[in-house]
Amino acid sequence: MSIKAEHLNYIYSLGTAYEKQALKDVSFEILQGQFVGVIGHTGSGKSTLIQHLNGLVPATSGKLYYEGKNIYDEGYDMRALRGQVGLVFQYPEHQLFEVDVLTDVCFGPKNQGLSPEECEKRAREALELVGFPEKYYKQSPFDLSGGQKRRVAIAGVLAMNPKVLVLDEPTAGLDPRGRDEILDQVAYLHRETDMTVILVSHSMEDIAKYVERIIVMNQGEKMYDGSPKEVFAHYKELEAVGLAAPQVTYILNALAEKGMNIKTDAITITEAADEIMRNFDD
Amino acid sequence: MIRDITIGQYYPAKSILHRLDPRVKIVCTLLFLISLFLQKSVLGYVIAAVFLFGVIRLSRVPFQYIVKGLKPIIMLLMITVLFNLFLTRGGAVLFHKWIFTITELGLSTAVFMAIRLTFLIIGSSLMTFTTTPNSLTDGIEKLLYPLNKIRVPVHEIAMMMSIALRFIPILLEETDKIMKAQIARGADLESGNIIQKAKAMIPILVPLFVSAFRRANDLAMAMESRCYRGGDGRTKMKPLVYKGRDRMAYLVTVVYVIAVFAIGRYVPFHIWIF
Ligand SMILES: Nc1ncnc2c1ncn2[C@@H]1O[C@H](COP(=O)(O)OP(=O)(O)OP(=O)(O)O)[C@@H](O)[C@H]1O
Ligand SMILES: [Mg+2]
Repeated sequence: MSIKAEHLNYIYSLGTAYEKQALKDVSFEILQGQFVGVIGHTGSGKSTLIQHLNGLVPATSGKLYYEGKNIYDEGYDMRALRGQVGLVFQYPEHQLFEVDVLTDVCFGPKNQGLSPEECEKRAREALELVGFPEKYYKQSPFDLSGGQKRRVAIAGVLAMNPKVLVLDEPTAGLDPRGRDEILDQVAYLHRETDMTVILVSHSMEDIAKYVERIIVMNQGEKMYDGSPKEVFAHYKELEAVGLAAPQVTYILNALAEKGMNIKTDAITITEAADEIMRNFDD
Repeated sequence: MIRDITIGQYYPAKSILHRLDPRVKIVCTLLFLISLFLQKSVLGYVIAAVFLFGVIRLSRVPFQYIVKGLKPIIMLLMITVLFNLFLTRGGAVLFHKWIFTITELGLSTAVFMAIRLTFLIIGSSLMTFTTTPNSLTDGIEKLLYPLNKIRVPVHEIAMMMSIALRFIPILLEETDKIMKAQIARGADLESGNIIQKAKAMIPILVPLFVSAFRRANDLAMAMESRCYRGGDGRTKMKPLVYKGRDRMAYLVTVVYVIAVFAIGRYVPFHIWIF
């Protein structure tokens, strides 16, 4: 029960003057139920990578296994795969098209062949989950604000009940509270339903708070892959490729440099506070 | 895919051809096309081939890339050749079976037609390979400028052209993204009959139109906030000025055209094809 990538390479516009290698020999395995963060600076290949996971972008070379089966095999059921691996794109306006919000969210389940009642039930659940207010259910999706559109877009994918949820910068354009709400809901789903979640984000704080494993992309290559503590320990190298560690990493490192006897691997604020306090206790 | 068609695309490279004034490229391409159609001698075509080959080398566009651009028009080429081959009558009969007859004239017309069309397409795609859409419209605007006197809105036409050209790749990319987003939600774009297929396009066309209108709106707003008011009294930041290399290019092309004509007229060894 996993997603396993072996030596994925992807080249955009192969065979033209605009050839661009977006992925270079990327391999990893993500087990069912993991909460994985993908970070990397702009253009490092994150979006390209996650579009491989549901077969939208076929690798130029390499293999991708979902639950043990190579998805590039002849006759593999791609549509079923797309129901299992739900992908929420970076820009939500690319998928909204229906007359009202509820119908739009029904699009995914409808494509899975569910009855209209079942579709609506799923849509309502999904919208509630992302905290979309019920009074706007009958509104045109084009009249919503950016943050609301994003919630509807996420609900549109959640309504398909995917086993793996892939989110490409789901919190861009949301206020801090909206951001926490959505990610808390995703974390809740992850806990309750053993859903695999893959989160692409530019916010190291979000990543540190929610994920159990980080994959760092740099210029199309996998640079680091490990627990947040392991990855953020390389904060100097991360900076060199345009990334950063959570702010508490910097505080702890600065304190340690000044001679305080503390461990520097805490990544959330609570952990860091505990670590500093422990130092005062003894 | 639509993206594989290379005719009319720009090929980024550093060459003297890329640096030439767009007007030169437009005019010289026209002269080259005219020279193809007005001369009829074998030697003339040899010269045209040498000229074209030289220009290809100068452009630094890979030869395979140019040949690839010919693929979409192979059908057209074949049909033209076949029609000419069987329907042109004249000279000795080379082949006859049932209703098919190939004459000497038919054969030579077909061969020359194929060469002509190939040269024509290579010649004109060389212009677009080496000229960005923007500078192409700049060149057209400047060339057509005299028409302003008879109240043709030259600047507006050129502006519309460059906006349209600019939007083609943007909209292609947008379509790509929208299709992906809907396929990710299980949209089925391939199977079904014609009506089902047309219905399946709705989830793609609606966001595409919405975004095209939004983009048009944003562009209009951006132009207005920069005080764009049309062509009257407008000057260019980088006016087109002929340089030494541009004059040189004109000279070379004119010499080529004269050579082709002179040979067609005065060198006795040639085949007439009309
Ligand atoms: N449709 C495309 N055609 C050609 N090149 C592309 C295309 N999409 C992306 N690229 C290129 O591939 C590389 C990786 O792009 P990708 O979108 O995966 O980056 P990203 O890590 O998601 O960046 P961001 O953080 O800005 O979303 C970039 O250099 C980009 O220019
Ligand atoms: Mg991206």
